[in-house]
Formats: sequence, structure tokens, C-alpha cells
Amino acid sequence: MKSLQELAEIRERSKGKVALREGHNEIRIVVGMATCGIAAGARPVLSALVEEVEKQGLSEKATVSQTGCIGICRLEPIVEVFEVGKEKVTYVKMTPEKVSQIVSEHIKGGKPVYEYTIGEK
Amino acid sequence: MIRSHVLICGGTGCTSSGSPAIREHLEKELKRQGLDEEIKVVQTGCFGLCALGPIMIVYPEGTFYSRVTEEDVTEIVSEHLLKGRPVERLVYNPKTEDMPHGVTSLSETPFYKSQMRIALRNCGVIDPEQIDEYIALDGYLALGKVLTEMTPQQVIDVMKASGLRGRGGAGFPTGTKWQFAANNASDEKFVICNADEGDPGAFMDRSILEGDPHAVLEAMAIAGYAIGGTHGYIYVRAEYPIAVKRLEIAIDQAREYGLLGKNIFGTDFSFDIDIRLGAGAFVCGEETALMTSIEGFRGEPRNKPPFPAEKGLFGKPTIINNVETLANVPQIIVKGAQWFSSVGTDCTKGTKVFALGGKINNTGLVEIPMGTTLRQILFEIGGGIPGGKKFKAAQTGGPSGGCIPTEHLDTPIDYENLKAIGSMMGSGGLIVMDEDNCMVDIARFFLEFTVDESCGKCTPCRIGTRRLLEMLNKITEGNGTLEDLDKMEELSHYIIENALCGLGQTAPNPVLSTLKYFRNEYEAHVVEKRCPAGVCKKLLQYVIDPNKCTGCTLCARKCPVSCIAGKVKEPHVIDQSKCIKCGACMDNCKFSAISKK
Repeated sequence: MKSLQELAEIRERSKGKVALREGHNEIRIVVGMATCGIAAGARPVLSALVEEVEKQGLSEKATVSQTGCIGICRLEPIVEVFEVGKEKVTYVKMTPEKVSQIVSEHIKGGKPVYEYTIGEK
Repeated sequence: MIRSHVLICGGTGCTSSGSPAIREHLEKELKRQGLDEEIKVVQTGCFGLCALGPIMIVYPEGTFYSRVTEEDVTEIVSEHLLKGRPVERLVYNPKTEDMPHGVTSLSETPFYKSQMRIALRNCGVIDPEQIDEYIALDGYLALGKVLTEMTPQQVIDVMKASGLRGRGGAGFPTGTKWQFAANNASDEKFVICNADEGDPGAFMDRSILEGDPHAVLEAMAIAGYAIGGTHGYIYVRAEYPIAVKRLEIAIDQAREYGLLGKNIFGTDFSFDIDIRLGAGAFVCGEETALMTSIEGFRGEPRNKPPFPAEKGLFGKPTIINNVETLANVPQIIVKGAQWFSSVGTDCTKGTKVFALGGKINNTGLVEIPMGTTLRQILFEIGGGIPGGKKFKAAQTGGPSGGCIPTEHLDTPIDYENLKAIGSMMGSGGLIVMDEDNCMVDIARFFLEFTVDESCGKCTPCRIGTRRLLEMLNKITEGNGTLEDLDKMEELSHYIIENALCGLGQTAPNPVLSTLKYFRNEYEAHVVEKRCPAGVCKKLLQYVIDPNKCTGCTLCARKCPVSCIAGKVKEPHVIDQSKCIKCGACMDNCKFSAISKK
């Protein structure tokens, strides 16, 4: 260790490794992973989200987790985005292909992709 | 990317209840279900709630699983980690009056709510075998700050201003100790970490070393800089294998990163640390005996003065700090003396870690701000006494401490208050006793320990404690006299005044404090030849109630010394002259016809 700078670099590099355990990221992306969700293809959606969040360098900002049946099984796979101080956004009939757009426009850019959400068709 | 962390406790408690096998199984199962790329398994130090081990926490949700078994692993993986449905039956969720549906987060549970974690801040949070995780949570920041921005005297001044006092039990101000060593000019000075934790029922230091070894290494380097020392030793018991292994890993990693070794942070300061294994002699926790042991001699104490800060290890100025004391140091440097001294009471700042044991529901490790009352620790955090039994006393300070009875439960804990009521802070073992414990027997138990552990160098300790134990044995066997009680008191004071080291000077404390608060129990043994708690075997009688006995003969068959006689279907009788009071008859009687009195 030659300098404080070097220590700070290691700290920054390692922060992501433990940030999850502090559990208070601003954005929570939740995938419905009940039987209905999995049957409709939620598993690849979850994997794609996990990869995309990492790829776009957002792992300190957002966590990806799963939940049980959200209730509207006919619209599965469902992904919900919770952000502190904002109304939750529900994406329906998700596919891995839609993921990258949602992550870059919504999670990174702050603008929900309305064409995939439940209300706006 | 990793989307979830599964933390498994790797402390000694959970390791012995099977956490390594659970971890192995979990890793296999994650691989099998194709989740190993997105879920990380982390082995941590102690979470504190050892009674509920093995413990597992899943993040980001923070789901706290208790008493996990290998069989539960598949379900946790497929239900929780894949589908996001926590396995409710394993979730620790104590229901309280304010929260009838259970708590929503771990920090709200009665066990964690009133705790404040400074020394234990990383225990149960980071993987102790990964230096990067320690650094991520501001590790080695204090060392960097000290070496690049502060003079040694400034470091000492911060320690003085923080009010930190030795957590090994005696409570000597840490900054003052460092100042003494800094003032003594010498070509070589040493920093020693005392990890020879030996009190029965104490596991604070062990848990810190197992859960956050780098905090101790960092603090030792800071201490080295402050006093002008370049070498440190950690004296740790060989019977703490997990702590030793993690320390070795931590030292290697710190050397690799150049956080130990030559020219740390590009400065002139060099510091390195070696481990010395102790063989488990209690006296080696005494600082002068510890140094003698490191020097390669039999662990015996020497006279003070000269104090170690003047002539310590190999005759050089030395500071010896306890593990928990050191674990506080980096935090004080990073957050400031004022932050630390804002916690605690007037003369005792900061927090204290206690190992809760004995008759208590939440056996485990807790850290509370000084000034918390014993009642809060035992009944809020500790969850009270099991089986609805009545609290009798709590022993702090292990064999060197004393007992605290019900009337002092509301004393705010600090060094002075505990001393004033005849006990001591000690290193942090807290053993709870209920109505089924005999206080004479407790005093005898602790004295038996000190008699065994006395090194024999000085007479008051070697012979005095043995005479005390003999008198206690006499009392528990029903042969004591009232005169013995006075003699014991007199001898105790003599030993305290004349013994060479801390071991002897504190050994009579359990006798004095039980005599002070529970003299009536001693008198019952002496005058009425009766043990009120029903513990002392020689004073007990097992008797069969002829009205309840059905003559089933089971007790007679179970009795190992065949002292129960009687015909089939007729009440049986115990021959008291042959009875060895093993209790086998009472345990086996199906009609509750046998009682002890």
C-alpha cells in the first residue's frame, strides 16, 4: 500500500461487493417468480435483469430480487420497479429482449418505458 | 452480477452446530439449480444470537433464518432464492406486544434493538477472510489517516479524549497507557494484543477475532505508530482454532497489500505482527505472565512496577491491549473522539460486549452502550430466564468478578458502578443464575477454577485460595461452622491485599460477593444443614412418597448402587446411607413419587 489513493481505489472497487448487505439501494426491481411467472418465462427475465444492471454499472443503485405471485397471472412475467418517493411501475408480459431498454431508460434514465407497463397500451 | 448474498455464520457457535456442512450443501444446491452465478455465499463472523444457530441471512431482503439444518437448504434455494418466497417456518420473527405480527426488520427485534455495535460492527456483516470486504467498509482508513495526517502525539491525544478504557476488565485509560510507552525512549518497543480470553463462559474476544480480524491488526499498527513501536504480537489461545486461522489469513492479506510490513502508505513507518499461541493457562491473561510466556518461559507473573510501558516484553517498553479495546480504535480515529465519548456514562465511554450465558433465553453475544442496566440486558435483549424461573443473580467478570443480585438489576453498567456493588466489569462474561443455582456452589465452582489456574508463584494465591476452597467444600458438605464464614472473609481480604498478580487479587471476589448478598444461603448450609436450591449433593435426600409410589420397581432397577428396596406393588424405600444422589430414580419415576429435599 503506497498511498491513500490506492486504498480508496480498493474501497471503491469492493463497495459493490458488500452494498447489497446494507440493503438500502434506491431502486428495487422485483420479478414475480411464482409458478405462474416461471411458467410464463420469468427466469430468463430475471437473469437478463441481473446481467443488464451489472453491465450498465447500476449495481450500487438498484437491487434485483424476486417475489411470489403478484396476482395477475395472465400478464406474467411481471416486473415491478420500486423507487423511494415514487409510485411503483409495473411491467407486464416481460421478455429478456425488453430488459435492456427498461434498464437504460428507466433505471438509469429515470423515465419508465410506458409501452411495456400495465396501464398504457 | 450477484443479485443476492447469503450470509452464513462461521463463528464458533454456529460452526459447532453445523454451519460448514450447510454452507457446502448450499453451494452445491445453488450450482444444481443454476443460481451460482447470481447468488453469493458468504461466511461471516458471529451474529450474536448463538442460541438460535446455525444462522443464515439473505440479502437484499435481510431475511434472518435461525436453526437452519442441511435438510432445509434445498427448500431455501428453490423457494426463497429462486422464487422469492421466504421459508416462513425458519424465519426468526419474535412477536412482541408492540408488534403482534412480528417484526419487519432484524434491527427491530428485541435482541438487536437496544444494541449498539462498535467493536462488533463488522461481525456478521463481512467475510473475515476477505480483506477487500473490510476495506469496503472503511477498513484501514484510520491507519491511512494516522500515518499521513497525524503525529503520534495527536493519535494519543485522540485516544485520551475519546475516554476509551481497557476492555479486558481493569478499565485503565488506553490513551494514558499509550502515552507512558511513548514517553519511554527505547530502540525497540512492542505492541501486544491480549487474546488470552480464559474466563469460563466468555467468548467476546474470540468472536471479534473470528468475525473482524483486520480491525485488530489495523489498531495494533496504529498503536505501534503512536508509541514508536515496529513489532506486534497477538497472544491467542491455541484452543481458538478458527480465530487463529482467520488471523493468519488476515495477516497474510495485510502483508500482501502492504498494510503491514515496510513503509506503510509510502511513509517511514514499518510495522509487522506475529502470532503467539498460548496453551490455555488462565494466568497468561495477566499481562506480565503473558509477556513472560511470549519470551519463552513458563507463564508466571512478575512484580509491577516496573509496568510494561516502562520495562515490558524483552525488557522493552510495551503496551498490552485487549482485543475488544483494539477493535474500538480504528472507529475512534475515523469518527472522532467526540463521537465515541458521546456514548456511555460520565466516566465510562463507549460500549461493552458481553457474552450472555447460563440461565438465559438468548444465549449469545451482545454489545450495549455503557450505562445500560443489567435488567435491560437480561430481560429485553436476553429474553429473560427460561422456563419461567426466578432470577437469582448474574455473575460478571467470571472467576475474578462477583455476583449481582436482584436489588442491583437497575444499576447502569460502568466500571465504577459495578465495582461499587462488589462486582467488576471483567472482560465481559455474563453468567445468569436462577433459583435453581446454589450460590455457595457457584462460589465453590469459581474458586475451584482459580485454584487449578493459580500458577503457584506467590503464597497467598497458591495456598490461600486452596484453604478457601477447602472451607467452601466443608460448607457444601454440611460440615461448616458459622466461624468458617468469618474466617473465609478474613482470608479473602488477606489474599486480595497480598497476592502478586490480578489472578490472586481478584480470586476471592466470588466468595466475598456471594457472602455479601447471599449470606442466608451460607447460613442455611451451616446451621440447618440444608441446601435451599437443592444442588449440594451431600445435603440432599431423595425420598419416595409412599402415597404416590405404586411399587412398579422401576427406580430399584435403575438405581446404580441398588439402594432402593421394596416389594412389587408396595411402596419402595431409599437407603440414605448408600444413596449417591445421582437422581436416576427421580428422573425415571413415572408417578412423580420421588422428590429431593
